[in-house]
Amino acid sequence: MQKSLHLDPAKCTGCLQCEMACSYEKLGEFNPSRSVIKVFTFHEEGRFAPYTCTQCDEAWCLRACPVDAITMDLASGAKIVIDDKCVGCKVCTISCPFGTINYVQETGKVAKCDLCGGDPECAKACPTDAITYIDANATGYDRMKAFAEKSLPSANTSA
Amino acid sequence: MKHHIIIGAGPGGVVAAETLRKTNPTDQITLIGDEAAPPYSRMAIPYLLVEDIEESGTFLRATDHYKNHGIDYIQGRVANIDPNTKTCVLEDGSNLSYDELCIATGSTPISPPIEGIDLPDVHSCWTLEDARQISALATPNSNVVLMGAGFIGCIILESLVKRKVNLSVIEMGSRMVPRMLDENAGGLLKQWCIEDGVGVYTSTKVNAIKLADPDINNGSSMQVILDNGASINADLVISATGVKPNIQFLQNSGLEIDQGVLVNNKMQTNIPNIYAVGDVAQGMDFSTGEYTVQAIQPTATDHGRIAGLNMAGKNAEHNGSLNMNILDTLGLISTSYGLWMGQEGGDTAEIYTPEVFKYMNLRFGIDDESDVLVGATTIGLTQHVGVLRGLIESKIHLGEWKQRLINNPMRIMDAYVASTQELDNVVH
Ligand SMILES: Cc1cc2nc3c(=O)[nH]c(=O)nc-3n(C[C@H](O)[C@H](O)[C@H](O)COP(=O)(O)OP(=O)(O)OC[C@H]3O[C@@H](n4cnc5c(N)ncnc54)[C@H](O)[C@@H]3O)c2cc1C
Ligand code: SF4
Repeated sequence: MQKSLHLDPAKCTGCLQCEMACSYEKLGEFNPSRSVIKVFTFHEEGRFAPYTCTQCDEAWCLRACPVDAITMDLASGAKIVIDDKCVGCKVCTISCPFGTINYVQETGKVAKCDLCGGDPECAKACPTDAITYIDANATGYDRMKAFAEKSLPSANTSA
Repeated sequence: MKHHIIIGAGPGGVVAAETLRKTNPTDQITLIGDEAAPPYSRMAIPYLLVEDIEESGTFLRATDHYKNHGIDYIQGRVANIDPNTKTCVLEDGSNLSYDELCIATGSTPISPPIEGIDLPDVHSCWTLEDARQISALATPNSNVVLMGAGFIGCIILESLVKRKVNLSVIEMGSRMVPRMLDENAGGLLKQWCIEDGVGVYTSTKVNAIKLADPDINNGSSMQVILDNGASINADLVISATGVKPNIQFLQNSGLEIDQGVLVNNKMQTNIPNIYAVGDVAQGMDFSTGEYTVQAIQPTATDHGRIAGLNMAGKNAEHNGSLNMNILDTLGLISTSYGLWMGQEGGDTAEIYTPEVFKYMNLRFGIDDESDVLVGATTIGLTQHVGVLRGLIESKIHLGEWKQRLINNPMRIMDAYVASTQELDNVVH
């Protein structure tokens, strides 16, 4: 059974442990600005929402890449950027309708969530279970993903 | 078992072939490309010019990919097609018969009617072969004139500067990238380039390119004569004045052709077993509903996917392709989406701080879409820019978020997350 990240804004307190853990895993330093999971703050509502790549089936980023620098990890289902191949053209960043693959000026390449090879650090770091790594067809996050994908016209297909 | 032939092995054709194979493991698939190199991506050429990658780094897939996926790749050029007998005739005289055909032949640079355009050191920047010629001539301190500051011109501009040439850019329009950036954004881009030592001449035309005697022309072999009377020395002239779809070989085929091959929302032409995708196809634009040739990579691959699914017997349709571009010009990153020029009567959210080269302009729709994002222009934005596509294509009604965006257009990601996730019923 493939697992996916389940993000539950209702449980998020905005403590940013996930951003810390993500940047530490990826860069070896605490640098939340380069974390690929982001917590969005809604002052008006007093709410927080963790958000990252849904590893969507459409994989707009992967398809748009001109040099095959994004591949799918068969074990985890994650879409992964191969740094050595990425030329930094950024076309994936405008193609991803979720806004979850970003250009990093320091490296001249793009960064996105790769599920840490199937053991995501953000989920382990989250003290409130706002981020969990669970069977793919469970609850909320999947609904959000389904909503987002369904609402995108270019995804309309039927057998 | 059907035989599918795909003509043209750029991103559109390759994605069509792959999607077809993935969806239908047994049908026969032949991919025909006329270039000498294995299927490659034009988009990677700028990175080849600055030697970030080698030629193999431009290849769309590993060279054994096609064979491994049961796709027969043929290097050859299709001379014409006959839909009555369902055959493709190759230039070497061979014939191939098909059940379904996909035309993915891309586009070719326009050669503007200017005296001297055929001189040996005048090149377009479109193919790997062009890139090799440009690499040989664009040496440090050489004088290079770039004709056209459109999308492609601006993409290669950075590569030329990194090759340390003396660069002059000539653009007929009143600003840089006039078909992708508005006045504010185009103005910022021009100023950025000038501050970086690039000569940018807008509202200026090249009248002629003349051979010159290097001995009396400061070592340069050409003179580029401008319509304002001035002339610029050049060792290399690059022509980037637009492209036209490769449709010549389809004359008399019975296919409906306007600027490109007209396709419906399944990428099907007027002949049901013939599809067309990418730069050669004239398909529906998401924002206007009109049929246009967009000539951008994301549209080519989206087209390819839809055609591939339909050829595999699925029923796939789109609601038009969203026009979108991203440019990195000497470190200044600009993007535009959809109706970036706005809609008559639609509201706008904008921040413009030219001192720090930051700009963001969001366009809202009209009538019952007055709280829906329909277009955007950004300068200097790298984080979450794709969400502009999500907001536009999903036609999300922003409700109270519209006013929040008018107050601060940078909050696009907040607006998207809030509109797609359930933030309510929170219990802490
Ligand atoms: C330097 C450069 C930079 C670019 N950068 C960007 C960018 O940043 N973003 C973006 O969105 N787009 C960019 N583009 C545009 C993008 O490359 C094209 O939109 C894309 O290549 C279109 O794909 P395609 O498959 O439709 O056509 P192509 O890539 O042109 O492929 C078509 C292939 O078919 C072949 N062919 C033509 N006629 C025949 C025939 N009769 N028989 C057999 N084969 C034939 C052609 O030779 C070609 O190999 C760039 C283009 C260039 C040149
Ligand atoms: S930025 Fe890198 S990963 Fe993204 S499309 Fe370009 S080459 Fe591929």
